[in-house]
Amino acid sequence: MSLNLVWPDFLVERDENRCIQCEVCAKQCANEVHRLDKDTGLMVSDETKCVDCHRCVAMCPTRALKIRVNDLEFKPNANWSGDLIKEIYKQADSGAVLQSGMGNPKPYPVYWDRMVINASQVTNPSIDPLREPMETGVILGRKPPKLEFDKNGRLLTKMPPQIKLDVPIMFSAMSFGSISGNAHEALARAATALGTLYNTGEGGLAREMYKYGPNTIVQVASGRFGVHPEYLNAGAMLEIKIGQGAKPGLGGHLPGAKVGDAVSKARMIPKGSDALSPAPHHDIYSIEDLRQLIYSLKEATDYLKPVSVKIAAVHNSAAIASGIARAGADIIAIDGFRGGTGSAPTRTRDNVGIPVELALASVDQRLREEGIRNEVSLVAAGGIRCSMDVVKAIALGADACYIGTAALVAMGCHLCQTCYTGKCNWGIATQREDLEKRLNPDIAAQRLINMVTGWKHEIDETLGGMGINAIESLKGNRLMLRGVGLNEKELEVLGIKYAGE
Amino acid sequence: MKKIYADERWCLGCGLCKVYCRTSHSKTKDIIKAHKLEDPKPVERLHIETGDVMNFALQCRHCDDPKCVQGCITGAMQKDPVTGVVTNEAERCVGCWTCVLVCPFGAIVRDEGKKKIAAKCDLCAQTGEPECVKHCPNNALIYEDRGDGK
Repeated sequence: MSLNLVWPDFLVERDENRCIQCEVCAKQCANEVHRLDKDTGLMVSDETKCVDCHRCVAMCPTRALKIRVNDLEFKPNANWSGDLIKEIYKQADSGAVLQSGMGNPKPYPVYWDRMVINASQVTNPSIDPLREPMETGVILGRKPPKLEFDKNGRLLTKMPPQIKLDVPIMFSAMSFGSISGNAHEALARAATALGTLYNTGEGGLAREMYKYGPNTIVQVASGRFGVHPEYLNAGAMLEIKIGQGAKPGLGGHLPGAKVGDAVSKARMIPKGSDALSPAPHHDIYSIEDLRQLIYSLKEATDYLKPVSVKIAAVHNSAAIASGIARAGADIIAIDGFRGGTGSAPTRTRDNVGIPVELALASVDQRLREEGIRNEVSLVAAGGIRCSMDVVKAIALGADACYIGTAALVAMGCHLCQTCYTGKCNWGIATQREDLEKRLNPDIAAQRLINMVTGWKHEIDETLGGMGINAIESLKGNRLMLRGVGLNEKELEVLGIKYAGE
Repeated sequence: MKKIYADERWCLGCGLCKVYCRTSHSKTKDIIKAHKLEDPKPVERLHIETGDVMNFALQCRHCDDPKCVQGCITGAMQKDPVTGVVTNEAERCVGCWTCVLVCPFGAIVRDEGKKKIAAKCDLCAQTGEPECVKHCPNNALIYEDRGDGK
């Protein structure tokens, strides 16, 4: 065996004055970093296995543990960063494609942080949300160009299916398989309590979850896993997944090891078989083909449910979105390149796709210019981290936002980015029964509800500050945004003015 | 009466209940001192049954008709007629282990520190709420009145 050139990324620091050798860390680490040395009676660590997920840190009853980044430095080199060198070592060892979990962590500009929000002063009064009603609900679905009424004021126009959300925040697609059944259950319960929707991802839907149907988006992706008429009719909304922000242009691969009894049943594939989602839908090679699938799904659900089409934010998003709107979609979800994933090739995750802020602004602008903005609702996804990102997204033209990573973090995710190993110590991205039970949906659902409720309060406050009392009045209201630290072109794409203008 | 119930669906077998039980029944009530300084080392009053997937913590069930009380040769083991809590009076206990032998749940442990006595869950009589329940990270221990027993 040749020399292993990869050294540990992290160091485990254990304060011996505090460690009581209770072995909780050892029992909780699925990566088997910690163990009790019988000879010395002390806890020892194998740091090569540590992924910095903080499970041991959180569970240690005496706060004896700290995980630090291993500060062993390469000779400084502006061209060859330590990460790049280590990745080459890994590939020279394995000959394989580098894998990563979660969203793009590279230091690309985060446009949310370069936009600031307006507030009322003197000439227009701000509104106190504690004293006055504030409307944070939104209605998703295709809106007719005009409404017609009869003599008695009754609506004559046949309305396409609409979905009312109490908050402009939905939980984005995360499949049963990529995340645990308990995580799914928590998302479903939280969505129900919050009056919003969660999304099945492409993993089908377990029978026990049908009861959450009114708050479920059922996804149809390129693998068509778990798709059957009952499934399509179980949800409140359907979504065709064309692409995912974390890996635009690629399909998916759920390893056979994660396809246990329950996943196999939900996906309708044999137990233990790899679930491979092709990169394209093999029946969609044009907008016309997409139209066929949209209408097949509408036909299958009696035209009662809106159909969403989710695309990754890429260079021509605006033109693609225009085509999708014309193909008959009711909703378009745009997933930016910071969107998470259970597993993606590192190089794709870090280099393919564009920021959702720019894609959203250009899509909204294009649809307005073409006079078809009313025909679809826009959902911004991939990189929504807090309530202010939601506010800014809505001001840029979104009708609602999807949150995925933020929801996982609320449930306990520490963004260690190793979801693809299936050994999630927090019970989220795993199908191992002993790990899955670490996520008690009673606790996780409440944490999700708390987080979204907190965000809702913050949105109320910010709307009030702007002198606005409804999300609808903020939608596409780009005058409420100003740019800081942006160049002319960025301001032009975002359609906003510079601060001070 | 209010009792501790285990919910095996959520028990991780992490052992935190044990750590806090031991601390609660220590002299110092300080987690680090209880484990590193105190001599004799305080004894935890619960067991954790562990399997690959299923685990649960087991403490005294505070039975309606406790065998340990019947079997106790010195009258140290008593069930409080009002609260229903079964406790062992350390001064009267002679460490004969009859209670250990007759307990159908194996919930009584041997404290062989200074003086041999039987030790058991007292629902953390001194601190109010059972510490194992308070510190369970996954709601796998519940302290409530389910109407069985008094």
